[in-house]
Amino acid sequence: MIPLRFAVGQRVRVRAVFPPGHIRTPYYTRGCVGIIESLAGIDPNPEHLAYGHLGHPPVPLYRVRFHQPDLWPNYGGNLQDTVVVDIFEHWLEATAHA
Amino acid sequence: MRRPHDVGGLEGGPIDTEEHTLEPWEKRVVVMRRLLAQQSPPVMTLDALRRGIEDLGADDYNRLSYYERWTASITNNLIHQGVISIDELSRKMEEVETRWRKERTS
Repeated sequence: MIPLRFAVGQRVRVRAVFPPGHIRTPYYTRGCVGIIESLAGIDPNPEHLAYGHLGHPPVPLYRVRFHQPDLWPNYGGNLQDTVVVDIFEHWLEATAHA
Repeated sequence: MRRPHDVGGLEGGPIDTEEHTLEPWEKRVVVMRRLLAQQSPPVMTLDALRRGIEDLGADDYNRLSYYERWTASITNNLIHQGVISIDELSRKMEEVETRWRKERTS
């Protein structure tokens, strides 16, 4: 079992980096803060799989819940709206506050 | 930099909710993609398909239809893996085009 860096309920920030290549972290989440909702699985790394490799070692994949106003500067909907995005562990870093 | 496929949150215009009928060639592309992924080890994973689509560049990405993108990506992946050669492909394309022209005029 691979040790998990993040626990359910923990506040995390998506790394604000923009490398080239096949990436599963949506652009609109980069740099934003959310809460770990659950562990979705521990899966082969798509950033390796996409280039003909086996995706080893597998990477924990978390469901991260974001408040919509934290993602969109002029969010016009209900301020309580949230969205859950699957994000791989190496794209996340612990953060104390928003 | 935001890449052409990564459009979450951008204005996308109206959504076409009409049901689409798949053309026979499109069904063939779907099956071919599945077979390539089911080999052990896979000839081409779903991840590699997506990578190939994302690497088409903005012009081709926006110009091609959904399964045309798949076809372009599968083609590039198979060339890269050495499953088919460019020369082999060019000759087959020539053959198919010649046959198509003949059928059209007869």
